[in-house]
Amino acid sequence: MTQAIFARVLASCAVVFGAVTLIFLILHWLPGDAAQLIASENASEAIVAQVREQLGTDRPLLVQYSEYLSGLVRGDLGNSFVTKEPVLARLTAQFPATLALAAFSALFALVIGVLLGVLSARMRGGWLDQALQVMALGVGSVPAFWLGILAILIFSVGLGWLPVIGEGGALSMVMPVTCLGLLVGTHLSRIVRDGMLETLHEPFVTTLRAKGLAERRVFYVHVLRNVLIVAVTYLSVLFGELLSGTVVMETLFARQGIGRLAVEAIGQKDVPVVQGAILLASISYVMLNLLVDLCYALIDPRVAARGR
Amino acid sequence: MTQASLPRPITLRNSAPPRPTKVALPSLAGTTLAAASMLTLVVLAALFPSWLAPYAPSDMDGGAILLGPDLAHWFGTDQFGRDVLSSVIFGARQSVLIGVLAVSIGGSAGIAIGISAGYLGGWVDMVLMRFVDIWLAVPNILLAIALCTALGPSWTTIILAVSLSSVPRFARVLRARALAIRSRPFVLAARAAGASRWAILRGHVLPHCLPPMLVMATLGIGGSILIASSLSFLGLGVNDETPDWGYLLTQGRGYLTVAWWSVTFPGLAISALVISVNVLGDALRRRLDPRARAQ
Repeated sequence: MTQAIFARVLASCAVVFGAVTLIFLILHWLPGDAAQLIASENASEAIVAQVREQLGTDRPLLVQYSEYLSGLVRGDLGNSFVTKEPVLARLTAQFPATLALAAFSALFALVIGVLLGVLSARMRGGWLDQALQVMALGVGSVPAFWLGILAILIFSVGLGWLPVIGEGGALSMVMPVTCLGLLVGTHLSRIVRDGMLETLHEPFVTTLRAKGLAERRVFYVHVLRNVLIVAVTYLSVLFGELLSGTVVMETLFARQGIGRLAVEAIGQKDVPVVQGAILLASISYVMLNLLVDLCYALIDPRVAARGR
Repeated sequence: MTQASLPRPITLRNSAPPRPTKVALPSLAGTTLAAASMLTLVVLAALFPSWLAPYAPSDMDGGAILLGPDLAHWFGTDQFGRDVLSSVIFGARQSVLIGVLAVSIGGSAGIAIGISAGYLGGWVDMVLMRFVDIWLAVPNILLAIALCTALGPSWTTIILAVSLSSVPRFARVLRARALAIRSRPFVLAARAAGASRWAILRGHVLPHCLPPMLVMATLGIGGSILIASSLSFLGLGVNDETPDWGYLLTQGRGYLTVAWWSVTFPGLAISALVISVNVLGDALRRRLDPRARAQ
């Protein structure tokens, strides 16, 4: 078991390292000169060269890469090209807001996903099931930011219940969390529903019914547990959706967060900030998936038995 | 092939669920028909915008600024007095184009990676799939942000970013499919008969991968359009001459409190297009996937 966990942790580290390299290559190897932009458009070649030297982008790629890696190990993500502040400090200032948005949205998604999925599988073909099917199609086909815009139109502009933007405490979280949670949650509810219906055809369900177990117990205890194992495998897809979603929601609702930090850095070509923000998101993604994999052993006895 | 003349094999699992009765079909066909008509309309708008649009998208009417929907301007006008309906019609081309392009580019790459990994197995599989893992570790919008920082915001960057982000999904599904087919008896038989790897790939593996490929491609078009509109909304593909639907929403957002129509209709257009593509994809899946049909 410990060996399996160790192998899994090692694999996650390798993926993070790969992601670091991929982002570095995209940002540094692809054409596009940050110095030109920072030195302003019609600066002379000498000045641009000087800026390039200051930023350190004139050195060979391999030198920059090894320096970046050694900085990373020491927890140094470099300094912003624009404000010259350490990137790590800016990221840690913004991260709690993103984390709160993502965590509450995930919680909301989990609750409505499992609840609606189970209920619609239980009342298969009923009005709830059909309504959910339509809703899942609708929500799944609507851009996240448009859902947010509609919410603003209805609840802020129309009814005046909720603040449009900003950090106005818990109230300002309601709309972004609901939109994001709804988006991920309906996706999850479909997975749970289809999983339930599929599992009901398994031989072990027939056995349970044959031995006279109450249908409710079959459904909510045995089938549900099996489906949750399946649903957990989809979590990695949902995490990706969630992380991408926070970027859009932060921009739309003008919230603090690393996503918005990254979007604002694009225009200024602030490579270290973009690099740091994406790195942080990738690490969160990989860590969450690692956590899920480790939880697998807890909820699925078969995995634990195999690992032993 | 003599397969056609052989009696159909009877397997226990597949014979159990009967085909669904025809009672459920009319409503399904109705939805599919509606989706197909919607899609046709959008494609027409994408191909011949000037036939359908009542105004040119750049026509500014100083006397009709931020007017609500009425008979002259069905979708209202924007802050420069431009007709929103015409802007939406002229924006269709970008959205349709990006959906199709992203799936053609990203889908082919993903299919190639997935089938090679699944069919060849061994170290090819390991290397390719680790690469896909790394790819997945960078969520799609952040990958697009990285690309835009490096290459500068443009429509080409968006197409590239959306294509790249659809690769891993295709790769994973098709790898699983190819892996399953590789050990099927008819592949073993073909190998025993001396067929080359390439011949087996073309004659057996690819045809069996076709149904999931078609379904994924259709559903992928919808997903790509959604991602592209988000990227455009974030300002990663600034295009002022022929704004796409996502960018129309960015522009309209500034006038949210006074002109609900400028953000409602472009969003409705995106949703209608993606819904119809998804409905058709679902219908396709029901036809092609025996398991979904049985349910």
